[in-house]
Amino acid sequence: MSLADLAAALLFLGVVAYAILGGADFGSGVWDLLAGDARQGAHLRSQIDRSIGPVWEANHVWLVYVLVFLWSAFPTAFGAIMTTLFVPWLLVGLGIVMRGGAFAFRKFSSSVREAQLHGIVFAASSVVTPFFLGMIAGAVASGRVPADGSGDIWSSWTGPTSWVGGVLAVLTVSFLAATFLAADAQRGGRVELANHIGGRAFWSGLVTGAAALAAAVAIEVDAETLASGLHTRGLVLVIGSAASGLASLLLLRRRRWALARLTAVAAVGAIVVGWGVAQYDWILVDELTIAEAAGARPTLIGLVIVFLVAAVTAVPALIWLFVLVNQDDWQSEHH
Amino acid sequence: VGYLSVQYRGVSPIVAAEELMAARYQMALSLGYHIILSCFGVAFPAMIYVVHRRGLRHDDAEALALAKKWGKASAVLFAVGAVSGTILSFEMGLLWPGLMSTYGDVIGLPFAMEGIAFFIEAVFLGIYLYGWGRLRPEVHLRTLLPIMVAGLFGTFCILAVNAWMNAPTGFTQLADGTITDVDPVAAIFNDALWPQFAHMWVAAFAVTGFIVAAVYAVGMLRGRRDRSHRLGFTVPFTFAVIAALLQPLIGHIAGLRLDTQQPSKLAAMELAVETEDHAPVVLGGVLIDGEVRGGIEIPWMASLLAGNSFDTVIVGLDDIPDDEEPPANIVHWAFQTMIGAGTAMIAIGGWWFWRRRRDTSTDGSGVFESPWFLRSAVVAAALAVVALEAGWTTTEVGRQPWIVYGLMRTEDAVTSNPGVWVSLVVMIAIYASMAVIAGKVLLGMSRRWREDPASDLPTPYGPGGELVTTGPAR
Repeated sequence: MSLADLAAALLFLGVVAYAILGGADFGSGVWDLLAGDARQGAHLRSQIDRSIGPVWEANHVWLVYVLVFLWSAFPTAFGAIMTTLFVPWLLVGLGIVMRGGAFAFRKFSSSVREAQLHGIVFAASSVVTPFFLGMIAGAVASGRVPADGSGDIWSSWTGPTSWVGGVLAVLTVSFLAATFLAADAQRGGRVELANHIGGRAFWSGLVTGAAALAAAVAIEVDAETLASGLHTRGLVLVIGSAASGLASLLLLRRRRWALARLTAVAAVGAIVVGWGVAQYDWILVDELTIAEAAGARPTLIGLVIVFLVAAVTAVPALIWLFVLVNQDDWQSEHH
Repeated sequence: VGYLSVQYRGVSPIVAAEELMAARYQMALSLGYHIILSCFGVAFPAMIYVVHRRGLRHDDAEALALAKKWGKASAVLFAVGAVSGTILSFEMGLLWPGLMSTYGDVIGLPFAMEGIAFFIEAVFLGIYLYGWGRLRPEVHLRTLLPIMVAGLFGTFCILAVNAWMNAPTGFTQLADGTITDVDPVAAIFNDALWPQFAHMWVAAFAVTGFIVAAVYAVGMLRGRRDRSHRLGFTVPFTFAVIAALLQPLIGHIAGLRLDTQQPSKLAAMELAVETEDHAPVVLGGVLIDGEVRGGIEIPWMASLLAGNSFDTVIVGLDDIPDDEEPPANIVHWAFQTMIGAGTAMIAIGGWWFWRRRRDTSTDGSGVFESPWFLRSAVVAAALAVVALEAGWTTTEVGRQPWIVYGLMRTEDAVTSNPGVWVSLVVMIAIYASMAVIAGKVLLGMSRRWREDPASDLPTPYGPGGELVTTGPAR
């Protein structure tokens, strides 16, 4: 493994972390959108506040991490991605601003009406943002981003793989979030709520699985390089993801919410890693390899060092936060 | 310097010029917005630490209540700052792909390091906010320390990048534009780093301190002169006044090397037309057709300030190629606005010291008996923001037409995407509404705290009896 490969792997680790942690965040917003009016949705929305309130900013740092690693380690690839995919990135940016702002504002609103208004903005942008992120992933994975950034600003990200990516992203984050929320609700002693959102997790998992099968067909046709990678190097991960997904469905059926969360994470993580492995050693599929795009060696070494420093400083802090948030009294209403 | 033109999508120069302005406006808007929020991220935790520590040491319930409130207010500001910061990382690529494709590996590392700092800030802020009543008091207090250190380090990283744009180093650029011999550490420790970093870090304390103090000054003007208000004023105001006093010295050091580092910026700041030693400072004045109209000259001062010697030669705009001159009037007026605002802040700070010395009351409340002093403290908050934005305008506009001084022109870094105007309009709308809503929400919080000091701000998401407390309860 070359230094450039290592940098690419660390970058992709950020993609995986964002898909899981940022994904569970976005997905919570999807369920917030579907929770019904203020009375019906109050319990679920309070659970969502409790579950993602302390962690959402930290979760979205992964996106910044990915961007920063991309421009430092693979500057030309970054320029090309941001130029060709200007429109979806802009939409993602707007989605992130509106979502983050509205979530913070909702918490401190002074009336139900005001809270509802912020809530709708938060929830709607929670659907839109992962959708366009999925479209961006589809554009890169199907080889539609030229190395010089000269791709068409519309057709580059509206191919079949992009649509598949967008839809799958929204479904996946919803499934993931439902398992997280069910586990959190159970830990907080809200059994009824756990059963309710856990049921949603089961059905969204089923739909996501079916959509993934349809996606596989589209990818075969539209993204040859990715498809062939998924057949070979990535096959184990694809199978692993499918198996974890099935296990999640079984566990959800048995109302084992905490375990189902783990298998759901495994299912999502495996398929995202599978995407990375399948498109290796391209950074822009069919256009630019990792080795070609790699920046200066001292910078790559610097990035690895930064990563290690982060691993010994930020990660323990993050674990502390997660542990605190998941402590029983943090989850219960009577702390 | 055709080799530098990283021409994305090969559009015509005219289209590019319009896009350049749209991109610059958008960047100016995003940064001008984020710079205020990041000041709170950097400086507010230190102020919270002081009141929190006081609350624990002296068993001071009012101080603890302040710490709790400030923590919540900073959570809102931090959230908005987090998203506006995320947008900036997008804009580096959406607006300036030429810069990042060419120099990404030279100057990307401090961004990555800042990422860690931000991460630690976010995590510990979460721990602090949710730690009330859940962590042991001493441990809880100490969770503010990593936030403060991360703010300091994050400022260092971002200012390293900005200083590098002013004094680029740490690489070799071949004749064909290829970048080799990249040394990211040398790029970070460039010649402009330390004074710029110090100037911005201290500015964060002035901005945050004066704004927070102004909130309590308004309260006292409206007759709420309880101890909590006095404490809420005194702690941030002390930070701010100390910062305001330090700023001229640090600013002077930052300006010292400009005569050799960025002569065109210095010429614009001082409105120097001809190259000369014993150059004057021009107060006010406008450059029209290459001549300074109006303004008051203070002989020899510019040379003295720029090089600690009257013999320092200041290069005039006449000796700078026309296509390498920044818009001198903007830079000059921005610079002088910063100096003027800074001087006024020091005067207000001096007034405060004077009032404190003459205060004969036992509880220190005499300081606040003058409504004019309280009004001036409110003005100081506005001045702090003006000085911040003006100073930032000075350094950024003063660097034009370069994005990387002497090496890459801003027009060669900008995206050629025709969508920039659209994104600019949308950004203006979003930022404006975010500012309005953030203000409204913060005012609402303060109103509810006033109505019920013990109010824990429940999440009113649910009707009637279903109000659910989400935040820390006790």
